[in-house]
Amino acid sequence: MTTMTVNDAISAALAEEMQRDPTVMIFGEGVATKRRDLLERFGATRVRNTPLAEGIIAGTAAGAAATGLRPVVDLLFAPFLCYAMDEIVNSAGKLRYISGGQFSFPMVVLAMTGAGWGVGAQHNHNVESWFVHSPGLKIVMPSTPADFKGLMKSAIRDDNPVLVFADIALGYSAGEVPEEADAIPLGKAAVRREGRDVTLVSYAKTVGTCMAAADTLAGAGIDAEVIDLRSLKPLDEDAILRSVAKTGRLVVVHEASRLCGVGAEIAALVAEKAFASLRAPVLRLTGPDAPAPASFPLEQAFVPQADAIVAAVRSQMGG
Amino acid sequence: MSIHPLDPVQALERMMLIRAYEETLIDLHGRGRAAGTCTSVGQEAAAVGVVSALTADDLILTNHRSAGHLLARGADPGRMLAEVMGKRDGYCGGKSGSLHISAKDLGVVLTSTIVGGELALATGVGLSRRMLGKPGIVACFFGDGAATEGRFQESLNLAAVWTLPILYVCENNQWQAFVHRKETMLADGIAGHAAALGVESAVVDGNDPLAMFDAASAAIDSIRRTGKPFLLEAMTYRLRGHFEPDDQAYVDRTELSHWRDRDPILCLRTRLEREGRLDAEGIAAIESRVRATMEAATAFADASPYPGLDALTTDVYA
Ligand SMILES: Cc1ncc(C[n+]2csc(CCOP(=O)(O)OP(=O)(O)O)c2C)c(N)n1
Repeated sequence: MTTMTVNDAISAALAEEMQRDPTVMIFGEGVATKRRDLLERFGATRVRNTPLAEGIIAGTAAGAAATGLRPVVDLLFAPFLCYAMDEIVNSAGKLRYISGGQFSFPMVVLAMTGAGWGVGAQHNHNVESWFVHSPGLKIVMPSTPADFKGLMKSAIRDDNPVLVFADIALGYSAGEVPEEADAIPLGKAAVRREGRDVTLVSYAKTVGTCMAAADTLAGAGIDAEVIDLRSLKPLDEDAILRSVAKTGRLVVVHEASRLCGVGAEIAALVAEKAFASLRAPVLRLTGPDAPAPASFPLEQAFVPQADAIVAAVRSQMGG
Repeated sequence: MSIHPLDPVQALERMMLIRAYEETLIDLHGRGRAAGTCTSVGQEAAAVGVVSALTADDLILTNHRSAGHLLARGADPGRMLAEVMGKRDGYCGGKSGSLHISAKDLGVVLTSTIVGGELALATGVGLSRRMLGKPGIVACFFGDGAATEGRFQESLNLAAVWTLPILYVCENNQWQAFVHRKETMLADGIAGHAAALGVESAVVDGNDPLAMFDAASAAIDSIRRTGKPFLLEAMTYRLRGHFEPDDQAYVDRTELSHWRDRDPILCLRTRLEREGRLDAEGIAAIESRVRATMEAATAFADASPYPGLDALTTDVYA
């Protein structure tokens, strides 16, 4: 085991995959400047700075992926994906299907998302469900350094376009990563804590919030199970249903806004497939339908907090 | 890699096949047998001239007006018709339709109908050629309308900075769907934009396949020699409407008749007759070959079944 930050875990995964496979490369605005270790190790043809033009960065990745490379592109902050939406959604996501399966798009799009740096709405927007809603794409949003490393490796090896959203606030958080960390399969949730009374489903930074809430609940004799989705698409439906079948209660927690968010999907899934196990209505705790504020207290209020989760669970338990 | 010189009689036959293919499609559409299409009638010379200058190693990206490029590359008109009719034996199993046919075995990749999409992808295809040490160059066809999009500048700029082997071919057919080019750009053409980005360019008579072939050959030579991208602007005209059916009521009659006189097939044929390289008998022989090809193609497409409904959700993920 070594201890490393999420940012280092991403770099470690990149380095290992670039070492393993000469067709893996990375480019983006400042990638070669900021990931100097990769530049020194793999050279300027495989680690490239680009012009400030997200559309051509993503389009170049799609064209390269279709013809033999495995590009990783860093588009910096998630709201900038608006400029690359066409290339990610209309090209990378659709051209395999449109071509009748003639071409594959093994590419990875990295972007930072979420509150924590006070960077305001044009740099902080949880846009993951835009892409979950688009066919042909896979979306991962891990919460721990080990998962970032393992899921990045799988994302790079996957023959489909994979978006990896890194929660800004997690970037410098540290955790243990196994020395020979292997790829973690996409589409498998992790049970972070076992429990009998209620299931808390979350992903990215709010997993930690759920863990804190579970600690508090444990003090009150309530045993919460915490599920970290890790991948939003493919979604580990079994893990959710199995847990709800056991606990009979579900609270979904995420920072993205509620309407048509991932939580809505999970609530609907449970209503369709595990309704009979439910002992209380499903609850969702999400960010508001508002752009993310820059002001620190407002930004904190934007993100679901542990005490709100505790209150939600208490209400489900009947007081 | 040696470049095959273009035989003008063969070029004429290929252009006539493209025209006949699109007329067949218009007819099938009129009878409710195929969806509407964007034809390239009037632009056959650019397609045949440029594609004939490519080698088998080269890759092609194109747009919604792609039939000429595909057929010039040797695509089977039966499989193309089948694709447009949504049949199983189409190049993409019927999932593309007319607007985004691609054919990997012909090196025709990533046909985009998002205007400018092919410009965004071309840099990546050029990059993979370079990084994987593959010999081919990448030919990217797009319209003057696409050149008014930001991706045009982004694409040329990155290709120049990264020295990517891309032949950009703008078919300036004067129209951008229902908007005349002169309404959307002040410049006379788009080649001028290239210089500012450090990309060499040439403007060519897009209705002359031999001129197109020569210019494309020179451009490809330059790309192979310098590694740098090159922009070729073919001055041509869209003789039919944007999307069949289209009565062209909005088109200036004088402009249309000026360009109809310059119909590339008519001009080449007249020239070959004048030069004594083709007589009435020779023309009749080409016409009958083309007709037979299209009859066989139609029969093939007709006979091809629709895809099974399970195809609805296959090929979404690798
Ligand atoms: C991004 C985008 N905007 C608009 C359209 C609708 N559209 C299809 S073809 C076309 C005209 C394109 O003009 P040009 O690039 O000059 O190509 P041409 O059709 O003349 O060959 C338009 C506007 C589209 N397909 N994609």
